[in-house]
Amino acid sequence: MSPIIEIQNLSFSYHKQKVLEEINLCVEEKDFLAIIGPNGGGKSTLLKLILGINKPQEGTILTFGETPKKNLSKIGYVPQNTNVNIDFPIKVIEVVLMGHIGTKRPLFGYAKEETLCAMGALEQVGMEKFANEKIGSLSGGQRQRVMIARALCAHPQILILDEPTASIDIDGQKQIYKLLQELNNYITIIVVSHDISVIMQYANKVAHINKRLTHHHMSQENDLKHKCDHFCEVEMFNQLREDK
Amino acid sequence: MLEALSYPFIQNALMAGLLVSMASGIIGSLIVVNRMVFLAGGIAHTAYGGIGVAVFLGLPIFLGASIFAVGSALIIAMITLKHRERMDTFIGLMWAVGMAVGVVLIDLTPGYNANFMSYLFGSILAVSQEDLWFMGSLLALIIFIMTFWYRDILAVSYDSEYANLRGINVRFFYTLILILSALTVVVAIKVVGLILVIALLTIPVYIAEKLSTTLYMMMILSGIFSSVFTLLGLYVSYEYDIASGASIILISAFSLFLFLGVNRLLAR
Repeated sequence: MSPIIEIQNLSFSYHKQKVLEEINLCVEEKDFLAIIGPNGGGKSTLLKLILGINKPQEGTILTFGETPKKNLSKIGYVPQNTNVNIDFPIKVIEVVLMGHIGTKRPLFGYAKEETLCAMGALEQVGMEKFANEKIGSLSGGQRQRVMIARALCAHPQILILDEPTASIDIDGQKQIYKLLQELNNYITIIVVSHDISVIMQYANKVAHINKRLTHHHMSQENDLKHKCDHFCEVEMFNQLREDK
Repeated sequence: MLEALSYPFIQNALMAGLLVSMASGIIGSLIVVNRMVFLAGGIAHTAYGGIGVAVFLGLPIFLGASIFAVGSALIIAMITLKHRERMDTFIGLMWAVGMAVGVVLIDLTPGYNANFMSYLFGSILAVSQEDLWFMGSLLALIIFIMTFWYRDILAVSYDSEYANLRGINVRFFYTLILILSALTVVVAIKVVGLILVIALLTIPVYIAEKLSTTLYMMMILSGIFSSVFTLLGLYVSYEYDIASGASIILISAFSLFLFLGVNRLLAR
């Protein structure tokens, strides 16, 4: 089977400063890829390239065999920082409805199908009871699940999350990861995260990005030592395993 | 008071107050949720340059003010989309230069004696039939655009980055919001004057925001609050013979404090 995301020799710079260099990465269907790495290491930039917000300056990036712009509807995105604009007068269901790409839109407002879809997405994340609440009245974890519902609204084949648990309490984090694990049964998941220790339990691939990429395939047993093809990261991973 | 209602200029003033309140309730909501209050202030003051040009060339005031206001809205849109970090500097610049152009041109206009106070603080009692047409058409345009593009404008206002990913033309809607703000500012100048415009666009809106769960509810409530404040302000201004613009704003501000006070008491 051909990979659904294929990145070859990708380089990208902001104002002549290289952020990403010669990245090669393949994501296959139903992968759970964790992208880790230091701040400013280029993780978010890589996401923006996959989403087609930025264009690669060197190399190629293909989603479903085409340029990213053509496949926006197949990718669901949950941005970092869902705590902005909390005062905004908007209901949960309206936020979720924004996930639609708008191909079936009626002349005014939302189509019935669209609303049903949005409710379905809310049920998927267990937030259907909150559909008519104001978004600002939810907790951080609940809000994050609403953002995941928004991303699921258009039935994506890939779900990309940027630091989904950054500002959520530990219980909320667990729920989010459990949800992602369930979703992973039928969609591909890419998570950028700082909580390496948590993400390791769920991911089947780990990409460490610090300008360059170190790629790790993880076997079921998490047997890193033999699977890591780059010695530089082995120590860090071993350290983590000992910490557990 | 009742006999006053039979004067055409009072009827015009009431009508203008309602039309402008509705428009500023809707657009003020957009301005507040998009954090554009300072931008609206910049547009209002730049519009004064347009008033100066119109007076100098003998053109209709609304026309001159509208052209300047929309022009400044377009410049602001361009700057915000390209150099967001320098935005406040540019707005400050346009704010002052617009005012200066207006002052100079009005000074240079022969025989025109310093009626410019009415643009600074409003002249709702001098609203003409044509003004009403302009205000009514603008309100109709705003309502049409808002019903037609509500979901897009909501998406852009709430999360523009995400809206962009969903294929919504963020630049277009951002510019559209600014242009509508500019036109609303121009009609609001007639009612409360350009110095006080900001208050009309924010005070009723702020109260409405606290009470609303959706953006359209906020718009409708703002329109209602704004209408009530405007009518009350007009009444006070008539009874005590004080400037209408200022009394509308003071009524609004007083109501806001009352609202916040009651809110705080209830929260206990």
